[in-house]
Amino acid sequence: MNVGFLFEVLIGGLLAGVMYALVAIGFVLIYKASGVFNFAQGAMVFFAALTFVQLVKMFGLPMWLAFPATLLVMVAVGVATERFVLRPLVNQPPITLFMATIGLTFVLEGLAQLVWGSQPHGLELGIEDVPMEWLSQAAGINVSQFDLAAAAIAGVLVAVLAVFFQYTRIGRALRAVADDHQAALSVGIPLKHIWAIVWAVAGFIALVAGLLWGARNGVGFSLTFIALKALPVLLIGGFESVLGAIVGGLIIGASEKLAEVYIGPYFGGGIELWFAYVVALLFLLVRPEGLFGEKHIDRV
Amino acid sequence: MLYREAGQFRTSYAEDQRIFPIRQDRVAIALLLAFAFFVVPAVASHYWLKALLIPFLILSLAALGLNILTGYAGQLSLGTAGFMAVGAFMAYNFELRLPELPILVSFALAGLCAAALGIVFGLPSLRIKGFYLAVATLACQFFVLWVLQRVGWFTNYSSSGVISAQEIVILGHTFDSAQEKYLLTLAIVALMALAAKNLMRSETGRAFMAVRDMDVAASVIGIPIMRTKLLAFAISSFYCGVAGALYAFCYLGTVEPEAFSLDLSFRVLFMIIIGGVGSILGSFLGAAFITLLPIFLNLVSGFLSHAFGVDVPHAWLSNIELIIFGALIVFFLIVEPHGLARLWQIGKEKLRLWPFPH
Amino acid sequence: MKRSMLALALAAAATGFSGTAAAQAKEQFIPAAFYWVGPFAPGGSGIAAGFLDYLTLLNERDGGINGVKLTWEKCETEYITSRGVECYERLKKRGPTGASLFHPLSTGITYALIDRAPIDKVPLITLGYGRTDASDGRVFPYVFPLITNYWSQNTAKIRFIGQREGGMDKLRGKHIVNLYHDSAYGKETLPVLEKQAEMYGFKVTNIAVPSPGNEQSAQWLQIRQLKPDWVILRGWGVMNPTALKAAARAGFPRDRIVGVWWSGSEEDVIPAGDAAKGFIAAGFNAAGDKFPVIQEIRKHVYGKGKGELEDKSRIGTIYYNRGVIFAIVSTEAIRKAQERFGKGQPMTGEQVRWGLENLNIDEATLKRLGASGFMPTFRITCEDHEGGGGVRFQQWDGKQWKIISDWIPTDQKLVRPMIEASAMQYAKEKNITPRDCAKEK
Repeated sequence: MNVGFLFEVLIGGLLAGVMYALVAIGFVLIYKASGVFNFAQGAMVFFAALTFVQLVKMFGLPMWLAFPATLLVMVAVGVATERFVLRPLVNQPPITLFMATIGLTFVLEGLAQLVWGSQPHGLELGIEDVPMEWLSQAAGINVSQFDLAAAAIAGVLVAVLAVFFQYTRIGRALRAVADDHQAALSVGIPLKHIWAIVWAVAGFIALVAGLLWGARNGVGFSLTFIALKALPVLLIGGFESVLGAIVGGLIIGASEKLAEVYIGPYFGGGIELWFAYVVALLFLLVRPEGLFGEKHIDRV
Repeated sequence: MLYREAGQFRTSYAEDQRIFPIRQDRVAIALLLAFAFFVVPAVASHYWLKALLIPFLILSLAALGLNILTGYAGQLSLGTAGFMAVGAFMAYNFELRLPELPILVSFALAGLCAAALGIVFGLPSLRIKGFYLAVATLACQFFVLWVLQRVGWFTNYSSSGVISAQEIVILGHTFDSAQEKYLLTLAIVALMALAAKNLMRSETGRAFMAVRDMDVAASVIGIPIMRTKLLAFAISSFYCGVAGALYAFCYLGTVEPEAFSLDLSFRVLFMIIIGGVGSILGSFLGAAFITLLPIFLNLVSGFLSHAFGVDVPHAWLSNIELIIFGALIVFFLIVEPHGLARLWQIGKEKLRLWPFPH
Repeated sequence: MKRSMLALALAAAATGFSGTAAAQAKEQFIPAAFYWVGPFAPGGSGIAAGFLDYLTLLNERDGGINGVKLTWEKCETEYITSRGVECYERLKKRGPTGASLFHPLSTGITYALIDRAPIDKVPLITLGYGRTDASDGRVFPYVFPLITNYWSQNTAKIRFIGQREGGMDKLRGKHIVNLYHDSAYGKETLPVLEKQAEMYGFKVTNIAVPSPGNEQSAQWLQIRQLKPDWVILRGWGVMNPTALKAAARAGFPRDRIVGVWWSGSEEDVIPAGDAAKGFIAAGFNAAGDKFPVIQEIRKHVYGKGKGELEDKSRIGTIYYNRGVIFAIVSTEAIRKAQERFGKGQPMTGEQVRWGLENLNIDEATLKRLGASGFMPTFRITCEDHEGGGGVRFQQWDGKQWKIISDWIPTDQKLVRPMIEASAMQYAKEKNITPRDCAKEK
C-alpha cells in the first residue's frame, strides 16, 4: 500500500469532515438552546449564501459590506422565526417543533428563489482552491489552501462559540435555558430573547457555511442538501456539543473517504453515503447519546 | 343533536369492545366505505383515480405503517421509503421468478421481506432513541437503495436498473383499468387500516403505547421491550412493504430505485406529523394534506391568474405556492400541534354537546 | 369532512379549467409540464422558456401551424414523479383533441408514464433522456427518445476521444475513467462502455458518485491515483460543478474531462468558476443566439413583450436552446401529421404519433426553420424512434461554450442490437407482441 496516498486520503477526509462540521454546528446550536431539531438548517444555508451572492452581483456591494448586510437579513429571519413559529409553539412536543421547521424550510426555499431567482452562481472568496505547489512537490500530497482556510475558520468559530457559551452573560443564559426551560424562566431569563439570539447566531453560522460550501460547489439550491452530510456527524458528536460536531466531522470525513477509496472498489463504489451512517451507528451502539452528548437518565 | 350517544346501551362485552362504539360513527364509516367502493369508481374521472386517489391511498398506507412505528410505538424512523422499495422490488421478483404465485400472495411475501429487514434495522432501537434513532434509520434508506442499484438480481439484470411491474391478475381477472386498480388498492388499504385499528386496541397495541410513553416504565411492568420494539418495526415495515408493492404495481408501473428516495421517506413522515401522530385517521388526513394540497394550490393559483388575467412569471407562482404550503404547515401546527386528527376529535366533542354546550 | 371539502374544491377548480380550455376548436393543445422550483429549476425553467417562446413565435409570426393556433397550459412538476403524473393526467384531455404529445423532462416521470401513454394514445417525447431501449419503436410505439439516446451519445463520445487522440487505433491501451451519478440515469451507459472498451482495447474504470454528489474528494483522489487519460463525466445537477472544482483541486486537466449533455450547460460550469475552464461537454444542440431561429424569437416574441424570460441574458444558453429544439421537433411532428390527416386541423395524439414516426429533419428542413447547425439532422421510422442524430462537442472557455467538433455520428451498428435485446426482454416481461413495421404505412 502506498503510504503517501493513504495520508492524502486521510487528510482529504479530515478536511472534508471540517466542512461537514461547519454545517453540523448550526444544528447543534439550536438543539442545545431550544431542543429543536432544525430541519431548516440546510434551507438557511441556501438562503444566506444566495442573499450574499445576489447582494454582490445585483447591487454591486463589496463583499465586506455584503457580509454584514446578509447577517442582518439572517438575524431578521431568526427573529421572525422565533416570533411566528416558535413562540406560538412553546412547550409543544419536539416532533411538532421539528415539523414546524419543515414548514419553515418550504417558506425559506420558496422565498429565496422568489426574491433572488433559481439560477446557480459562482462564488470566489479570493482563496484559491488549487493544490499547494510546494507541498505536492515536496511530499506528493495535494492539499488545497482553501481547505486549510476552511479548517481555520471552523476552528476559530468553535473557539468563539466556546468562549461565548462559557464566559458571556448571554452564553450562560443559553446554557441555563438548555438545561431547563422552566427553571430558567423562573430566575428571570427572557426565553423569547434567548431564542431569537440563538436563531440569529445559527443564521450567522449558516452564512459562514454557505459561503464556504458555495465557494466550493457554487451557490444554488443544492446547498440545501449539505444538511444530509451533517447528520451522521451529529450522531457521533451528539446533538448538544459544539466540540462533538468537530470531532464527529473529523471521524466521519476520514472514515468515509478511507472506506470509499479502499473498500468501495470491491463493491462497485458509491458506498460513502451509507457508510457514514453505519460508522455513526457503531458509535451509537457504544454511546447512545453520541461522544459528547448529554447522558439522560430515565427514572420511572 | 344528531351526534349523540344517549340511549345507546351496551348490553354485552362484545358491544362494549366494538371499534366504533357509537352508532352514528358506524353509520358514517359504512357510508364512507360504500361511497368509496361504489360511488367513486362510477363517477370519478381517470384523472381523479390515477393521479389523485390511487397515490393518496397508497401513501396513506405507508403513513399508516410509519404511524404504527412512530405514533404508537414511539420509534422515529426515516427509512420508510427503503422499506417501500423492498416491497416493490421483492413483489416484482416473486412474480418474475414464481409466476404461478397469486399476486396478492406476492404482495404479502414482499411485505414479509420488508418486515424481516425492518427487524434488522430495528435492532439499533434497543439502544438509541429519538432523533438519534431517526438519523440512524437513514442508514437503512441509503443502504437499501444502494443494494438495489448494485445487485442485478433485484432488477432482473436490466441495463438501467429499472423494473416493470407485471400485470395484476387475480383469479383469472386482469386488473388493468383505473377503476379496477383503484378498487384493489382501496380494498387492501381498507382491510389493512381496519387490521391496524384493531391491533392497536389489542394487547400488542397497548404494549406499543406503553413503550412509547416510557420504555423503562414499560419494562418495569413486565412488557418485553426487545420483542415489542422489534415487533413494531416488523409490522410497520410490513405495511410499508405492501404500500411499496402497490406503488409499483397499481401506480407507477415502471419503477427505478430512486422512486423511493429519501424525499419520499420525509414526505411520509410529514404526513403522520401533520395528520396526527398515533392516529389511524391522522395517517389518511396527513396523506391528503401532503399529496393533495400542493396540487390544489397549483390548480387554484392557475385558476386565479387565469380568472384575473394577471400575467406573472410562472416561477413566481410556483415559489409562492411553495411558501404558502410551508406557511400552512406552520399554521396548522399552531392551531393544533397534535395534528389534523386531533382537530377532528375536537370537532366530534363539540358536536356531542351541540346545541347545548356547557 | 375535511377531505370531502378539499375534494369538492379540487373538483371545482379542475372543471373550471377544462371548461375554458375546451371551448374553441382549431387549436392544438400542448402540455407544458416543467419545473420552475427546486434543485433542478435552472434546467427546467430554461427549457420551459425556450419551448414556450418557440410556440409563441409560431403563433405570432405564422398564426400557428397552418392556421391552427398552439395553446398550452403550464404545470409545475417540481421534478417529483407523483406531481409529474398528476400533470400528465390533468392535461392529457385538454384542448379539442387532447394533449398532442408530452415532454416528461425527468427520468422518473418518463418511467411512470411508459405504461400510461399507449392507453391514452399520447406520444411521449424524451429528448436526450429517458429510457434508452425505448428507441425500439416496435416495442415502445408511444415513446420517442429522439435524436440520440445515452448509448448512442456514448459511442459518439468515444469517437470524439479517438479523434483527439489522433485515430481510433490510438485508443488501445488508454485508460478512461467513467465518473457517474449513482442512479439509473448514471448507470445507463455502463454496458455500452464495456463493449466499446473491448472493441477498441482501452481500459475503463467506473467510479460512482452517490447522489446528489456535492462531495467528491474520495472519487477524485482515486482518479489522481489512477492517472487516467480521460474522464467521462456523467453528472447531473450539483455533481457537475463539484466534479470540476474537485478536478482542479486534484490537479486533473479540465480539457481531459468530457461530459454528457446534462453536464454541459452554463448552469453546470458557472458555479465552478475558473475551475471549469477547458471542460468539454457533449451536446445535441448548439449554444448561442446567432441562429436565425433565435433571432426571430427575439424579434417576434420578445419584441412584443411576450417572452417567458425576465432575464434576457438566458436567451441562447444551452438549456434555452434545448427547449427550442424540444418545440421544433414537437411542432414539426404536428406539421407532418397535418400533411397526412388534414392541413389546418388540430391533430390527436395518435395522429401526432404518426407524424413523429415519419419525421424527417433534413438539412432543407433545418434551413427553412432557421436552425442550420443548431441541431443535427435525423430521421425517425417505425423501428427506430431515435433517428441516429449526431453529437457535437463544445468547450467552455470561461465565458461561453465554443463548438470544437462537427456533428459526430453515433455507432448504430454497436448500439442497435443492444437496444433490441433490451427491448425484447421488456416485451417478454410485459407480454407485448412487437409491432410488425412492414405492415405499417
